[in-house]
Amino acid sequence: MIYGYCKISGAVLLIICLLFAFAPNYAFSVQRFPPPQFKSGHVLPETTQAPPRSDFYEYLDAGVLLAALAVATYLALKRRSRTGLLILTIFSLAYFGFWRMGCVCAVGSVQNVTITLFQTGYSIPLVVVIFFALPLIFTLFFGRTFCAAVCPLGAIQDIFVIKPVRVPRWLDRGLRVIPYLYLGFAVLFAATGSAFIICEYDPFIAFFRRGGRAAILAFGGLLLILGMFVGRPYCRYLCPYGVVLSWMSKASKWHVSITPNECIQCRLCEDSCPFEAIDSPTEEKANTPRTEGKGRLITLIILLPLFIAMGVGLGAGVGSYLSRIDPDVRLAERIWLEDTGQIDEMDDASEAFRKTGRPSSELFAEAKQLRRQFRIGSMILGGFLGLFTGIKMISLSIKRSRKDYETNRTHCVSCGRCFSYCPVEKDEK
Amino acid sequence: MPEKDKDKISRRDFISNTIRGVCLLGLGGTLGLVATRTQAGDTVWQIDPNKCIGCGRCADHCVLEISAVKCVHNFAMCGYCKLCTGYFEPQPNALNTGAENQLCPTGAIRRSFVEHPYYEYEIDEELCVGCGKCVVGCNAFGNGSLFLQIRHDVCVNCNECAISVVCPSGAFKRVNASKPYILKGEEGE
Repeated sequence: MIYGYCKISGAVLLIICLLFAFAPNYAFSVQRFPPPQFKSGHVLPETTQAPPRSDFYEYLDAGVLLAALAVATYLALKRRSRTGLLILTIFSLAYFGFWRMGCVCAVGSVQNVTITLFQTGYSIPLVVVIFFALPLIFTLFFGRTFCAAVCPLGAIQDIFVIKPVRVPRWLDRGLRVIPYLYLGFAVLFAATGSAFIICEYDPFIAFFRRGGRAAILAFGGLLLILGMFVGRPYCRYLCPYGVVLSWMSKASKWHVSITPNECIQCRLCEDSCPFEAIDSPTEEKANTPRTEGKGRLITLIILLPLFIAMGVGLGAGVGSYLSRIDPDVRLAERIWLEDTGQIDEMDDASEAFRKTGRPSSELFAEAKQLRRQFRIGSMILGGFLGLFTGIKMISLSIKRSRKDYETNRTHCVSCGRCFSYCPVEKDEK
Repeated sequence: MPEKDKDKISRRDFISNTIRGVCLLGLGGTLGLVATRTQAGDTVWQIDPNKCIGCGRCADHCVLEISAVKCVHNFAMCGYCKLCTGYFEPQPNALNTGAENQLCPTGAIRRSFVEHPYYEYEIDEELCVGCGKCVVGCNAFGNGSLFLQIRHDVCVNCNECAISVVCPSGAFKRVNASKPYILKGEEGE
């Protein structure tokens, strides 16, 4: 029986060897010591294969996400309870953050969705799609209640807001450009299958897992300390998912309002928002001619194609530098340097490549293809960034009139801190 | 004046409705495209043992304190050597289980006598840190029956595996959770 087993495994090995005959594989070329045939009837131990965690938990996560979103929306829009939101924040931090160790999260799911769209070999788990879509759908109808109390990254920062100081408007709005860049790069690198930078540089994941790279721990710690004074620095100045959320929020059907009723312009809420998301009423300027603003608007609209062209040009220039983030491109460069004799010794990566026996030319062709993808990708990315810059400048030049203190739908995370500042609220209760 | 105000609000509503419609359409379109390549089950990370070079980064870069990567033994491939180059230091003083003779820094390989001249080698996964020293040793002079695998009872399945980022041989890949291991000598695909 044992002899039979060995023979079968030998036959399987032979078949596999034949299968791999065209790609010489060192693993099967070494069979220096034939497996013994025991006289004592020794039975070979089984190689254990512990199964992965059951899918049940994944779907539980999706269920908890849906429930948390519903509760957050109810607490923010209907119940108007900051205390309730705070309790939910702590729950989300404990569940999605510390218990589930922050994976998979909606912020990172952007990359999974991108890679699915661009790489045919990747199939996306349904749970990841749910994590990507649910917060966006909720935001499209109710505003960023996901940010308020569901996202573990937002939650950890929210409880660290102790003594918020005002960031000057111009600086705040200027820094809010960074998430666009971050999202652009994340999409580019995910689309080429090179890296998941949102996950790699997630500043708080190391806390959730109680371990991680020292640099990331330090970065996360710094953000939390900064977050005591500048509310939610990651959400405002880095979070790439927040960009998509802000688009959805801007078009949301309902949204939290500072006052449950009519604004009486008492100005009490003016300084209540630690995230610079309350817009003050606009001052009525009686004698400004309408044509002045119009001229600038028309100039900017005419300049818009120029902005896009500049972005595309910039993208074309930096594309090949960006491609070096891809491990295959880096490997190809290394192999080329070794092949042409510019470097003598091999590193681990090139040694591993040589062992596979693949011809260098194949790798070079692949790297060339990747470089081309990067060049096209970064041109598109540059174009989009130019477009957004232009649109941003146009939107800054459009005159808007506001009579009341309102939440800025793009930036408001629906945390509910302003509720208690409104005297109308107290009156109603 | 009130008439005009009303008109203005409805125009604003119209614009916001339109934008919301566009957003919904965009989101729906993205999800529709993604839906064709969605799978109900999860994917998990695994090491392709035929690409792995045993560089040792697995032991250091896992997000867990003790790496989820462990050495796995395919007994059917093993030569049951008395002088196992995965077990012993390059020049051992004696072929016994003395700590000074062992290659494994944590003593995670158990060596037991089967019958002359064969010895069996088993991995104690509680002790194994996934450094791959034995894997290199076994590949150098033996059959290569020792190899590294991610153990899914330990792995937390990060969206972007921290070891995969530093793996020099590109051995890390996402595999279907229904077939979560790539056992050397049994791939047969």
